[in-house]
Amino acid sequence: MGKQTIIPFGPQHPVLPEPIHLDLVCEDEKVVDVIPKIGFIHRGLEKLIEKKEFTDFVHIADRVCGICSFIHGMTYCMAIEGVMNIEVPPRAQYLRVIWSEFSRIHSHLLWLGLTADAFGFENLFMATWRIREHILDIIEETTGGRVIFGASKIGGTRRDISNDKLKDILKELEGIEAQIRECSEVFLKDSSVKSRLVGVGVLTKEDAYKLGAVGPMLRASGHDYDVRMSPYAAYQELDFVPVVENSCDSYGRCVVRIKELYQSCRLIEKAVAKIPEGAIETKIVGFPKGEYFARSEQPRGEVVYYVKGDGTKMLKRFRVRTPTFANLPPLLKVLTGCQLADVPILVLTIDPCISCTER
Amino acid sequence: MPIAKMTSSVLKILGKKPSTRAYPFYKRPAFKDARGKIVIDIPLCIYCGICMRRCPANAIFTNIKEKVWTIDHFRCVNCKLCVDVCPKKCLSMESDQALPSTTRLGPEPSLKK
Amino acid sequence: MSKQEIIEIKVDELINRVMELMAGQWRLVQICASKIETLELSYSFGKNHDLVTLRIPSLTGQEEIPSITSIYFAAFAYENEIHDLFGINIKGNCIDYKGNFYNKAVKTPFNIG
Repeated sequence: MGKQTIIPFGPQHPVLPEPIHLDLVCEDEKVVDVIPKIGFIHRGLEKLIEKKEFTDFVHIADRVCGICSFIHGMTYCMAIEGVMNIEVPPRAQYLRVIWSEFSRIHSHLLWLGLTADAFGFENLFMATWRIREHILDIIEETTGGRVIFGASKIGGTRRDISNDKLKDILKELEGIEAQIRECSEVFLKDSSVKSRLVGVGVLTKEDAYKLGAVGPMLRASGHDYDVRMSPYAAYQELDFVPVVENSCDSYGRCVVRIKELYQSCRLIEKAVAKIPEGAIETKIVGFPKGEYFARSEQPRGEVVYYVKGDGTKMLKRFRVRTPTFANLPPLLKVLTGCQLADVPILVLTIDPCISCTER
Repeated sequence: MPIAKMTSSVLKILGKKPSTRAYPFYKRPAFKDARGKIVIDIPLCIYCGICMRRCPANAIFTNIKEKVWTIDHFRCVNCKLCVDVCPKKCLSMESDQALPSTTRLGPEPSLKK
Repeated sequence: MSKQEIIEIKVDELINRVMELMAGQWRLVQICASKIETLELSYSFGKNHDLVTLRIPSLTGQEEIPSITSIYFAAFAYENEIHDLFGINIKGNCIDYKGNFYNKAVKTPFNIG
């Protein structure tokens, strides 16, 4: 047994520009204990609900996170719709699926790029982000914002996509998918990439469930849990089957995310084929009274929105449980016993989004 | 053969145009209906202050007595809510983004009421 | 849609109830406190796609709540968060930050007024 050294990691660190601090207790090169620290940028958005009308708060919920912004806004809307029993028109439900999946593709591509950067493959990082740029263009064209969509609205969506545009999107998506295929070959088959990922950061099936892991972290450990299976939006009509891997390591998480890219493309295709004509929003009358838990699947995992209203235009309580918050305990688990050089890549495999954790 | 594969991809890339744009010389035109910046048709405005009250970022400042309407584009989050709520429809969203500046524009809106 | 259920319990029942859920293969989804005149705690657990919430209503903030980290390790982050934002005393947390989990300008920011 060697001498123990505590190495502070972060809040500014080489992995990603997000403030997480870890105290790594090391014995030689091996990490034996980890204590995380977040909370450098706590914004108190949950408290802001008492000052803003519940309809206007959608725009703040949209900005909880810069990457999964649409799903945040949508889940907030779902929570209010749950309290007020609002029926969302089918076309809006399909539009929500399409935008959610675009947001998932762009988030996973971002993650793949950052991972490539973390294990020192800069070209691959640029290649994946180049593909992401096409997705961002489609998003900007259809919603008006590059990353902050601003397309959700309580009772439906703010904008519609014309049927011609939907067909164009499908054509573009085909080209993008071919590019993704080219890139993912490198992630899945390159020996240097594999040597950094295979067998690193094993999270066993039992641990993943017990520690409350969510999203690709949980699915890479062999659980077929995806909130999209408990139907919300229009997922129940699209024959959704979650992607599951049994390797439990970093490579498995990478495979899950790459397979989800293709799956999202399929879901968009199905949604475009099935999208019905009709209205895109229902008018809301009255104010929310009651409480509701809304859950949805973000690129990073399950997000939980809790709202409580008392019949006035300001809600009384609003709470977001972001996926990264739930993935912190599994992160501690995989970091304990790893090599110091693997810390950056392991921090990345949970796809951390600290800024949205500190809503 | 890795060498043959590599040579073929190198040749393929050589024949391609660059993926990036030469930015200050070529600017990608903004998409139609993209959320760029808020503009106001000031003669129509009645300075009612609804946009100021509803703005999630407190970027708009209005004063009915002195007939003032200002927006801090650096505080604005481009959510387009003010355009939706304006009773006179004098606000609109331009698809081009606000230009960079060396000074902070507009008054500092107070957070407290 | 999935089922949602809220069960009101007392502070001393908490540990036993949570043990039962643990034995029944439920996973911890979230813990949250809310302040609406009095404080209340909600422990949500999920299994498949159902959600069960244990609710401890009408707390004054003076009580000592037993920590559930010995049963669900993942609860440490939520319990620290609740302690920091609402000032609720939680006893026996396995990683106790003693109020330093979030950097904040005021003590218990969500529990003023």
